[in-house]
Amino acid sequence: MIGEWLDIGWVDEIPVRGSRTVQVTGGDDIAVFRTGDGKVFALADRCPHKGGRLSQGIVHGGAVACPLHNWRIALDTGEALGEDKGCTPVIPVKVSGGRVLLCRTSTMKAAA
Amino acid sequence: MEHQTPFPDTPFSKRHEHLVVIGNGMAGCRAVEELIARDPTRYRVTIFGAEPHVNYNRIMLSPVLAGEKTFEQIVINDHAWYATNTIELVTSDPVQAIDRAAKTVTARSGLTVSYDRLLIATGSDPFIIPVPGKDLPGVISFRDMADVDHMLDAAGKGGAAVVIGGGLLGLEAAHGLTLRGMRVTVIHLMPTLMERQLDEAAGWLLKSALESRGQVILTEANTAEIVGDTHVEGVLLKDGTLIPASLVVMAVGIRPSVALARDAGLEIGRGIKVDDHMVTSDPSILAVGECVEHDGNVYGLVAPLWDMCRALADGLTDSHSGYRGSVTSTKLKVAGLDVFSAGDFSGGAGAEDIVLRDASRGIYKRVVVKDDRIVGAVLYGDTTDGGWYFDLLKRAEDIAPIRDMLIFGQSFASGGGTADPKAAVAALSDDAEICGCNGVTKGKVVACIGAGNATLDAVRATCKASASCGSCTGLVETLLVVTLGDEYSGERSVKTMCKCTSFGHDDVRREIVAQGMRSIPEVMQKMSWSTPDGCSSCRPALNYYLLCALPGDYKDDQQSRYVNERVHANIQKDGTYSVVPRMWGGLTNPRELRAIADVVEKYDAPMVKVTGGQRLDIFGIKKEDLPAVWADLNAAGMVSGHAYGKSLRTVKTCVGSDWCRFGTQDSTGLGVKVERMTWGSWMPHKFKIAVSGCPRNCAEATIKDFGVVCVDSGYELSVGGNGGIKVRATDFLCKVATEEEAMHYCAAFIQLYREEARYLERTAPWIERIGVAYIRERIADDPEGRDALAARFLFSQQFTQDDPWAARAAGEHREQHTPMARFTPIDQTREMA
Repeated sequence: MIGEWLDIGWVDEIPVRGSRTVQVTGGDDIAVFRTGDGKVFALADRCPHKGGRLSQGIVHGGAVACPLHNWRIALDTGEALGEDKGCTPVIPVKVSGGRVLLCRTSTMKAAA
Repeated sequence: MEHQTPFPDTPFSKRHEHLVVIGNGMAGCRAVEELIARDPTRYRVTIFGAEPHVNYNRIMLSPVLAGEKTFEQIVINDHAWYATNTIELVTSDPVQAIDRAAKTVTARSGLTVSYDRLLIATGSDPFIIPVPGKDLPGVISFRDMADVDHMLDAAGKGGAAVVIGGGLLGLEAAHGLTLRGMRVTVIHLMPTLMERQLDEAAGWLLKSALESRGQVILTEANTAEIVGDTHVEGVLLKDGTLIPASLVVMAVGIRPSVALARDAGLEIGRGIKVDDHMVTSDPSILAVGECVEHDGNVYGLVAPLWDMCRALADGLTDSHSGYRGSVTSTKLKVAGLDVFSAGDFSGGAGAEDIVLRDASRGIYKRVVVKDDRIVGAVLYGDTTDGGWYFDLLKRAEDIAPIRDMLIFGQSFASGGGTADPKAAVAALSDDAEICGCNGVTKGKVVACIGAGNATLDAVRATCKASASCGSCTGLVETLLVVTLGDEYSGERSVKTMCKCTSFGHDDVRREIVAQGMRSIPEVMQKMSWSTPDGCSSCRPALNYYLLCALPGDYKDDQQSRYVNERVHANIQKDGTYSVVPRMWGGLTNPRELRAIADVVEKYDAPMVKVTGGQRLDIFGIKKEDLPAVWADLNAAGMVSGHAYGKSLRTVKTCVGSDWCRFGTQDSTGLGVKVERMTWGSWMPHKFKIAVSGCPRNCAEATIKDFGVVCVDSGYELSVGGNGGIKVRATDFLCKVATEEEAMHYCAAFIQLYREEARYLERTAPWIERIGVAYIRERIADDPEGRDALAARFLFSQQFTQDDPWAARAAGEHREQHTPMARFTPIDQTREMA
């Protein structure tokens, strides 16, 4: 049986206030973020505005600024903050024993 | 051992159920205490302990190490307590097996005891990182009294110690060893000390305080090996640093001690799984403390343990109450410094931060609010109100009515009807100090406002209130409102850097230099930032200001740079990158052109374009391919063109006197020399230079940031041009006679721009703002000042003229170019189902 969680690696492989990507064949990347206080979040790597790679943005507080037009996206809900409207799919993620685990179903759905 | 033989069958033992407790630590004994308080006669109790001691307070080992307490002072239950309550204590004899069928436990000595109920309270084991040398004598953990004795022995001989782990235990060990006279280095893998309890700002304050006491704290340091032949001699880091030490304390963390329970076949997750009554998967066996997992949670703090013990004792006495999990807070004194944290302080959507920083007293307070409820708090330096915030958090109290005063603490926020901040400020006496940094009283501020200073900036400039750390900005603004009423416009003449601060760029920059600040968290603390780690506007600006102020000394913060500067290429709208190798002065040769052509074919680049800066731009390169592309270009002698940076871009030239019938000087040669001097420098914004060989100006030097137009008698220098949205021709600076002078003036001008323009301000708007007369005064009319500027520029250049592509091609920051993982769905439809 296939488990519900995908093990993608150690949490300290993601830079603090930074991001790494996970590639899924046939679909968009997943961006996995780590905030200044060590929390881990995952979003589809696609800004709701013009599809910018959120994984390449500046992570501050609980948000990331898209590198293309500086939209701020909340990491926990995927919602655009401030005046902007839009939402990026959130991938459930958890850290267990230092390993980062992504929800399999959501990862595959985001890739489709 | 206090017992060598199995217990005699006494009438007492036959009449009562036998409760055997594995673990004589804080959880095991507390559970027994709770049980006795409910029903002292129901169970006959036997406790097994691995250590030779009675029950002591493990949390107080740090004061014993530091010499503030003796072992006797941290004993919780002495021998008399065991005797009075007819508890059999077996010490120095750890239980090694549980036989669930026979309902017996067997200890190391062979002693076998039968039980009716068994309580496992084995606590945690220290986590030992699996590096070579971890088993050498002199490498210890910090978990029990024996470890403390080891440390005291080592400290008695003096010398150096290394503590691996910058969490609470590690810092306590480091503090104790420092007090005992050892030279201590703390190695921490993460960028922030105690990152699980503290945010970056508080972690930085803690680090500075510990460093000022003589400890060496290395963050982001990764241990490769513990070296030594027969005894530890030092610690080798992955970056090659060797730190000599005669003692190594491993304090990287703890994990639930579950081996015994696992061998007995109990259900194990991260800890021993228990229900709300602390019963394991075997109804006769209970477990409590750090070794258990309840509802998916494992706890390493004392407070949850007390709650668990209550629920456990209730269950054992048939008055089941049930444990519902604990919301934890941490209020600690780390090496004598007060820190507190509770709840969730990660921010996120809908979460707002209320931050108070008092730089002069070293205080940082942050309360995280969501939907008018406190969800988290971090306090450093003053933790008086920690309990109050934690209480509001647990009760999910609506804090809207006291929100404005919340951060000032309980006494302020609930102080008799002063919930209106204006009223509270108006009620202050004239002697009350408003600005602690500059010692300005309310009376002085009000007088200053009365004298016609009707804006914050005017008050700052006149009486200096709120002009240093800025933490009293809110108070001064309230005083403006109270004093001026409707006349106060509320507007500031100086635009603030961003919403995170009440200061403008120039103020921040001046203070960075004046106070010798060295890191982004330090600036945020000393200048009272209102957010925990800034935003995408201020972080790159601060990173640049520090880089400029501390050439060669400042450690560039990659996470505070825009993506292009982080990956040394230009992101395009489809997520691919464009790559522009440097072509000095726009010159190239067959070897470079061949290498570029090869790269285009090898990596399937869909487009190559000649840029306006006389170079070739290769489009459509995938992020993963960038290091290989750079390696290929490096092999042909090319380096990064910095086409992505707030830095020197290009030096555009025309062919000059070598070829052109109108050329007056060697404009190409000069262009190449200027580019060799200036490449690699970081600036407030992008910077373009051009050198034209005659006034026909084919290199378009008069719309560049720095332009040179050659004439028969020398070189005309001009500055501040721009060909962007708003075309601006350069202002004439001066004329010089030689190439050397032209280069010298160029270096001086760039340094003036680097030091005085605001981040993201091109030279054109900068000069419009300050006037070209000022530039002439500093560059053309002040030979000494010009020399000093040029010298500072050349000094800083020696640290930046390393090709970033070469470093990346060799493997630096490889994580930025490789995905963390790749997945290929085996069967897409099944995966989707």
